[in-house]
Amino acid sequence: MSEEIILDVKDLRTSFFVDDFEVKAVDGVSFKLPKGKTIGIVGESGSGKSITALSILRLLEKPGKIVGGEINFKGNDLTKASEQEIRSIRGNEISMIFQEPMTSLNPVYTVGQQIRETLKVHQGLGKEQGMEKGVELLKLVGIPSPQERIKQYPHELSGGMRQRVMIAMALACNPELLIADEPTTALDVTIQAQILELINELQEELGMSVIMITHDMGVVAETCDYVAVMYGGKVVEYADVKTIFKDPKHPYTVGLLNSIPRHDIDVDELEPIRGSVPSPKNMPNGCRFAPRCPFATDLCMEELPDLGDVSDENLVRCWIYSERWDGDPEVKEHGPKRTT
Amino acid sequence: MNAEQASSEVTQVPKVDSPLKRAMKDFYNKLKKNKTALFGGYLIIFLIVVAIVGPYLTSFNPSETDYSVKLQGPSAEHWFGTDHHGRDIFTRIIHGLGITMGIGFFSTLIGSIVGIFLGIVSGYYGGKIDSVIMRLMDILLAFPGILLALALISILGASLQNVVIAIAIFAIPTFARIVRGSTLATKNLEYIDAMRALGASDIRIIFKHIFPNILSPIIVQASLFIATAVLSASGLSFLGLGVQPPSPELGAILSDGKDFMWDAGHIALFPGLGIMVIVLAFNVFGDGLRDALDPKMKN
Repeated sequence: MSEEIILDVKDLRTSFFVDDFEVKAVDGVSFKLPKGKTIGIVGESGSGKSITALSILRLLEKPGKIVGGEINFKGNDLTKASEQEIRSIRGNEISMIFQEPMTSLNPVYTVGQQIRETLKVHQGLGKEQGMEKGVELLKLVGIPSPQERIKQYPHELSGGMRQRVMIAMALACNPELLIADEPTTALDVTIQAQILELINELQEELGMSVIMITHDMGVVAETCDYVAVMYGGKVVEYADVKTIFKDPKHPYTVGLLNSIPRHDIDVDELEPIRGSVPSPKNMPNGCRFAPRCPFATDLCMEELPDLGDVSDENLVRCWIYSERWDGDPEVKEHGPKRTT
Repeated sequence: MNAEQASSEVTQVPKVDSPLKRAMKDFYNKLKKNKTALFGGYLIIFLIVVAIVGPYLTSFNPSETDYSVKLQGPSAEHWFGTDHHGRDIFTRIIHGLGITMGIGFFSTLIGSIVGIFLGIVSGYYGGKIDSVIMRLMDILLAFPGILLALALISILGASLQNVVIAIAIFAIPTFARIVRGSTLATKNLEYIDAMRALGASDIRIIFKHIFPNILSPIIVQASLFIATAVLSASGLSFLGLGVQPPSPELGAILSDGKDFMWDAGHIALFPGLGIMVIVLAFNVFGDGLRDALDPKMKN
């Protein structure tokens, strides 16, 4: 591969230790992110996608701990970095934006003071320079009359505005990697589109790589180059974005796609995925998705499949595509069907 | 360009005050609505001015005795009368105001600084540190305030300094608890996570981001605690364990007067009123602050 890989996550394992019990929230996640590209991490609540993001920046709260694997960022393993090293990376080389713009800004400081703070911590900029750069950043994220806005408090701004400010803060030090944890979930649809467009534009302009964490396939289609579908703390399918939409292989991916409305065909009723995500405290022994999977066999229930090449484009964790598949040969032939 | 055009030009540019100025204005506007609080605030300012300027204006010396005029009632010359040593009560109260309020102020200041530090550390780091600090606070809280102060003074010895220390020590757990609770609520908010994600250190997060957000309960508690501290200081002086004679602390003057309650009630009455006015001012002001700083009562 000729592309430069900026982030290489290998077999990341993150667990929460509650009452001597290990809850495996992220269980062996691997992915590579080339420079300037976007990877989407998709999954339901509890699939471990946010924990993966927090693990990369080592922002886990106490019962949570990275128990194994590597997070190679530009050749350095972040799991082994000291607290000080990781702090100088946070906000500087890797930034993160959160899903709640309404509460992600400190209410007692003005927008300007908060942007300045990041600049001060990482670049040692003084008040005047910080202010100048702050206005520039607000302009960059499309906030009108930035000179006035920079003196306002968060409560004086709308949700969309605040998310723009958050993005401005995250971009303050020209990070090489931006982690966006459901950046549009709390916003209404028109604002969502604007924010996604903004992230896309900025990415092109600044040449950042982006990890987009979402449960929304629409967001994936709009922003991502690659997609990792997560379920029960594991990646179940990994492919580029076109392949995921055109030729999904894993029954879970297919289920996700079937559960959103489509424009190309007339569907009377959406097909939900039955059941809910298993509690991480008692994960199934076999395939994590087996209890909800319409094609599951005894093999699926008992043994966990590997993440393997199925075609040139997809990596899939499913028994259907293995030689040991003991279910309906029809399914193996055509794969799980999307609604038609 | 005519005048009308010019004025419309001006209105197009929104005028934005500096953030601090706006915050202060906002705060004052809210406080203004609460008449009693505003009254308490002005009373405090008045008392502070009197305590600072007053001693230079009185015509008597607070500790100068003059037995020719002892135990006299209020008169044109001695406004609040004289005590059993012939000292002018008015002068003594003016001088005592500073001492009494000073004790209240400094003991609250010291106690709150220590309490805030312990509370923030406790709330932010949690775990073992939290358990140890809070159990220590529980031990302090187990004693009634004045009893604890009494015990401490009997160990340290009676003096102005030790009264301040004793009251400061019993202020610590009150502040530590409030601060810990607010810190716990604040540290889980998203903007603290966001700050960590932007690379801020623990110290920076604690002092720059958590502390200003928990300031309002601290300010309210401080203004209310000054009232308690003043009462305790006067109580200790009354019991003879506080400021030593001939210092004109209000509680001490009151204590002097208790032997002459029937013959010269004014000796006890005026310092008592003085204590009451101070306590009332801080209490009313503290209550008003609580309302004004309550974010739910925006505008």
